[in-house]
Formats: sequence, structure tokens, C-alpha cells
Amino acid sequence: MDIRAQVSMVFHLDKCIGCHTCSVACKNIWTDRKGAEYQWWNNVETKPGTGYPGKWEDQEIYKGGWVRDAKGRIRLKGAGKSKGLFNIFHNPNFPTVEDYYEPFTYNYLNLIEAPPGDDQPTARPISMITGEPIDVKMGPNWDDDLGGSADYARNDPNLAELTPAEQEAMFQLERMAFFYLPRICNHCLNPACVASCPSGAIYKRGEDGIVLINQKVCRAWRMCVTACPYKKTYYNWHTGKSEKCILCYPRMEAGYAPACMHSCVGRIRYIGVLLYDADRIEAVASADEKDLIDRQLDILMNPFDDAVIASAKANGIPDSTIKAAQNSPAYKFIKEWGMALPLHPEFRTLPMLWYVPPLLPVMASVMPTDGAQKGKLNEMAKTWTDNWLYDTSTDELWGTVEQTRFPLKYLASLFSAGNTAPVSDRLKKLMAVRIYRRWKTVGDIPESKMAQALRDTGLTQEAAEGIFYLTALAKFNDRFVIPAAHREQAMEMLEFTGDVKGNSGFGFREKAERGM
Amino acid sequence: MNMPNSLLFVGLPYAAMLLFLVGTIQRYRSRGFKVSSLSSQFLEGKSLFWGTVPFHWGILVVFFGHLTAFLIPRTILAWNGDPLRLFILQVTAFSFGLSILVGLSALLYRRLTNVRVRMVTNRMDLILELLLLVQVVLGLWIALGYRWGSSWFASDLSPYLMSLFAGDPNIVAVSAMPLPIKFHVIGAWLLVGIFPFTRLVHVMVAPLHYIARPYQVVMWNWDRKAIRDPRTPWTKTRPRNN
Repeated sequence: MDIRAQVSMVFHLDKCIGCHTCSVACKNIWTDRKGAEYQWWNNVETKPGTGYPGKWEDQEIYKGGWVRDAKGRIRLKGAGKSKGLFNIFHNPNFPTVEDYYEPFTYNYLNLIEAPPGDDQPTARPISMITGEPIDVKMGPNWDDDLGGSADYARNDPNLAELTPAEQEAMFQLERMAFFYLPRICNHCLNPACVASCPSGAIYKRGEDGIVLINQKVCRAWRMCVTACPYKKTYYNWHTGKSEKCILCYPRMEAGYAPACMHSCVGRIRYIGVLLYDADRIEAVASADEKDLIDRQLDILMNPFDDAVIASAKANGIPDSTIKAAQNSPAYKFIKEWGMALPLHPEFRTLPMLWYVPPLLPVMASVMPTDGAQKGKLNEMAKTWTDNWLYDTSTDELWGTVEQTRFPLKYLASLFSAGNTAPVSDRLKKLMAVRIYRRWKTVGDIPESKMAQALRDTGLTQEAAEGIFYLTALAKFNDRFVIPAAHREQAMEMLEFTGDVKGNSGFGFREKAERGM
Repeated sequence: MNMPNSLLFVGLPYAAMLLFLVGTIQRYRSRGFKVSSLSSQFLEGKSLFWGTVPFHWGILVVFFGHLTAFLIPRTILAWNGDPLRLFILQVTAFSFGLSILVGLSALLYRRLTNVRVRMVTNRMDLILELLLLVQVVLGLWIALGYRWGSSWFASDLSPYLMSLFAGDPNIVAVSAMPLPIKFHVIGAWLLVGIFPFTRLVHVMVAPLHYIARPYQVVMWNWDRKAIRDPRTPWTKTRPRNN
């Protein structure tokens, strides 16, 4: 056992309202610079949709992540020692600016300074790369809310798992639904970007699992952009360096939450420490596709276990980190309650940001249009009554989960490598908590039915109460549990104080400019 | 020994070598952030392929060809003893030279015509590409007009280079060379001299160490086991992260 710590985030997708506050907070702090204008370390996608960069999930296009060969060993799909060095002069799977979008601004000054003329002055879009006027073809969140569009939603790579009939059913006007998927770097246990970097500039930190790119060692060999299946490393065209989400480590080290989490309006994000067994990472990443999630859950260790604590201490993990792991909302959602799933586990990077799958678009099922239902149609408004469209009845315990208007197969393709069982398991737990709370507060559900719902999903009343508390009532300090900041070490993270004793000033004193 | 020849074939080489050594080390130490291949593939990827791939493979073979002829001239001469082997060597070298020419022309054309790529082009990039273009055109001309280069380079120019490194320059042979060859030699020394001031520095950080490295890199800021040990003085346990 080789215990390391990982700061992990859980996204409760039912609560995401798609406001993009996280993206804007991140952009304002980190990527509002020349060369990084197009980068969204945090972005929120509408699903179904093609996402950013377009169709990033389709690894036949981008060749990201790991694949398992016939011998059961994993190798990088589009990079690695042989492929990476052979393709170093020209990386054939490298996304270019067109795959994201050409960053633009508007020539606002023209509105004020245009000479008198016959026409109203306009603010034309200007490329932020060339400064020339451009026709905007794509932009940030270009497919926002287009959950049924032909260009975006129907080109979602996850639809490949669905039969044509299922796809048609999904895009019927009455059944159409979408949800939001906020994405940042997954700070994986088996990161493909780290493995692909020829310079060795990318590394995972043992203390908190954050994956970082050393800007001074990066030489623009560009392999990390190809290797990351989530397309969360970005190439800065101005400095000639790759950049990625840093999980706001300067904020975390000072005891603040990452900007995306801190600004989250829907309070969908939970952050906490997980202890994992690093010895088994390679074995888990090479597991059968259907076992990937369970095997990954296996190496997230119980922070109350004496052997785990001993091994963590032997590795020098401080007591404050172990205490944070014992109190971690991430551990509760992911391991204790089994409510969360990783995004695209089949990429085999063992992502460490987890998602509680969304119940709402699934259970908002549409009943068959029989005579009785037709009677409920509001002729004047041409709308359906809420009772009919959103079936909130509890006549059948799991009927709504199993006959969903949003195919489970689609969610399974996102969160469990196409296996619907783990998704339906999580959704039933969400449902069971609702049934439990309804029994408790409204009281129109018999106790036997509530008890059966909890029994079927393996939850206890305490667990259901805990899930309800963390979902609906949790305060900031319940959602954000990281180790206390060690101020005495904060400066040493940047610079060794012994070297500069008697000097004035710390830090990176060279201007981060492209040159020669 | 007349003045211009000793200036060009003794003074220039030593100045270039000094600039190369001091400049490269100083650049890496003081402006390490800027030592990068500065790829522009993100801005334009398709036509880059037809430039960068023939250019790089061509220049790798041609550079190591020159280096081999310089380091082991006797072996090259022995190889060239058989006309067929000489012919194979010359044709191979010439084809890779052509490959450089094709690639470099494509790169230069792309750099001048693509608006986005022009945004990340500076004066030094153009000077470098033009100098390389002159070198490769001269090289191809020499290969066609002054045969057989691999043999006379090994017998006449390798001793000149050796004498430079030995600190006892002998420029009799190089002074007697035809003009295109003289210009080619001068161009080579100019390239060595401007090396630290161009994007060529990415050659020095070619990622060959990748081959021997384990795929995953995990870094602890502190060696925490050592730092918890009371016998370790605090100044001995350095953070690894900066």
C-alpha cells in the first residue's frame, strides 16, 4: 500500500443551472491573457451536444487517452515514446484553432470615432490573433442550450451507442431534454498528459494530486494536447507553452476554494480529500472496461482504516490532510454512498472529478398519449399540464427510472463506458432519497414503501438524511473541506527560503513573453 | 595567408563558437522560459505538414552526414573507395538536401502568406529561414557542380575543422576552395554564431530523455520522510518544485 492524497471534486449535476459563472470566474483569473483567449480551463457544456473543442469525446478524431492492447497492457492512443517522438515535427492529431474557435473582440472604438457618414457606425468583430476583421463562425458556448439542434446535439459522439430508433425518440419534441456538464481538468490518477510529455514538464503532485505543467520546462512538443482525452490541456499560441487547469492551487494553498467552486451559483460542487493506493493504479487502469469504475472505487481507501492511516503517515501525509479526508464530502458522495461516477472512464486515465448523474431530465418522463392524457391538454395554451409532463407520482417505485425519456444508454455512454447498471443504480439512489424525504415531510407515502426504496438501493435512513443534507442544506464549509493551509510552508512552495535569505523578493521574475 | 581569408575562416569561426557557447548557456540560464520549439501548428496545421516534416528529416540526415564526415573522415574515404558506394552516399545526401529545400520553401511561404502565422513571426525567424535557404541552395549547387563532396570534404575540410578545434588553424585548403564552397562554409559559421539568438535553441532541449523516463511523474514538494526526521537539518531538505 502506497497512500497518496488527492483533492477531488464532485459535481451534483441536478443542481447545475448552466449559468457559466464558474467559467467566467476562471477566465477572469487565469486565462484573460494573450495566447490564452480561446482557453476555457473550466467550461460548461450542453448535453447532448458536441462540446468544446468540437466532438472532443470522439477519440477516433483526437486520439486521446489510453487503449488496452491484446495482452491487457495499456498504451497511449495517439502519443507515447515511439509515436510521440516520431510525430514530434508535426503532430497529426493536434487540434488547431478552428477546432476550438478563433478568439474575437469587437471594434467598439469605431462606434465613437467613425467619421460622419451616411451609415450607422458598427462594431465589427475583430480576431484577437490577427487583429483583422473576421466572420465569427464559432465562439465560447456556441451550442449553449441547443439540446435538440441538428448541428450540435445530433452530432454528439455519445449517440453512437444508441440505435437510430432510440435517437429519433430522444429528439421528439415532447421528449427532448438536455442537461449541463461543467468540465475542468480531471486531475487523473493515470494522467495521459503526464505520460505523453516528452520534456517531462507535466507532473502530478503527491500532496494533493493536482496535475501541473512546469512552464519553464515545457518546450511546445504539443503531445499533451493530443493525449488528454478530455482536451483540457491547451496550447498557448503566444508563449509557445501548454497550459491547463491548476485547480487554483495558489488559492487552495492559502485556504481558499478554487474560483470555479467558490463562484458556483447552484452550489453544485463539493471538494474534499481522497486517500488512494498508488500501487494499484496501473492494474486498475488496465482493467476490463466494465470493471473500471468499481476497480477505481477500490483504490479509494477508507480514511478511518488504521492501516491506511499508518501508510499515509509513513508517506509523510500530514495529520491535517488525513483529518480532511475523514471529513471529505467527496469521499461520502463517491465511496460511502456510491452516488457519483467518473466522466468517460473508458479513457482509462482514472479521472478524479466525479459526477452525480442528473435525475431530472431522466425522470421527467412522458406518458403514452392515451385518451385520458389527451383530456389534460390545455387547448388554449397548447401546453401540457405539469402533472402529465413531469410524472412525479410514486405509484411505481422505479418505473420512471427504467422508462426514462432520456435514454439511460446515453448517460451510460458519458459516465460508465456504456454500462447502464451503474447509472441506474445512482439514479435510483437519488430517487430513494426523494421518496424518503417525501415520506418524512409530506407524509403521503407509506413507510413500507419508503423502507423498500431504501432497502432496494442499499441506503440507510442516516445515509439518506446525509445525502439530503449535503445536497440541499450544506453550508460552504460542508462542501469545501481541504486541509488547513500550512502557511509556514507556503513560501517554500515557490522558492527555497534558504537560497534567498538576506535578499529581497521572491518568485518568477522573468516576464512570460514569447521570444527569439 | 591574406587578411580576408584569415578573418573569414579563423576569426569568424572562433567568434561564432564563442557566441554559441556563451550565448546558449546564458540564454538557457537567464531566459529559460523562452527556450521552446515555438510551434505554430495550433494556428495552421495542414500546410505545416508539407514544410516541417521534409525539412526536419532532411536537415537531421544532412547535419549528421556532415558531422560524420568531420569526425571519421578516414572511414568515409574508405567507404567511398567503391564508386557504387560513393554514388549511393551522394544520391542519399542529395535527396535529403532536396527534401530540406522543399520543406524550407514551404515553411517560408507559409510564414509569409498565412496571416495568423505572421503574427507569431519575428525578424530573427525570417533571417534564420533565409540563411538556411541560402545554405541549402549552396549545398545543392556544390553537390551538383563540385563532385564528389563527401570525399573532398573528408580529405580537405575535415582537417581544416580539426585544426580549428586543435587551436592551430590551417586554412590553406579552405582558402583555395571555389567561391560557392567558401560561402557555404561562411554561412555555416554564421548559423553557429546566431544560434543562441534564434529559435534554433530548441535543438538543445530535444527530448531524448523521454525514452528512458517512466511514463508517470509524481512529485512531492518536500521529501516528507526526510523532513520529519529530526536528524535532517532544514537547509538540507530542499523543495523539488521550484
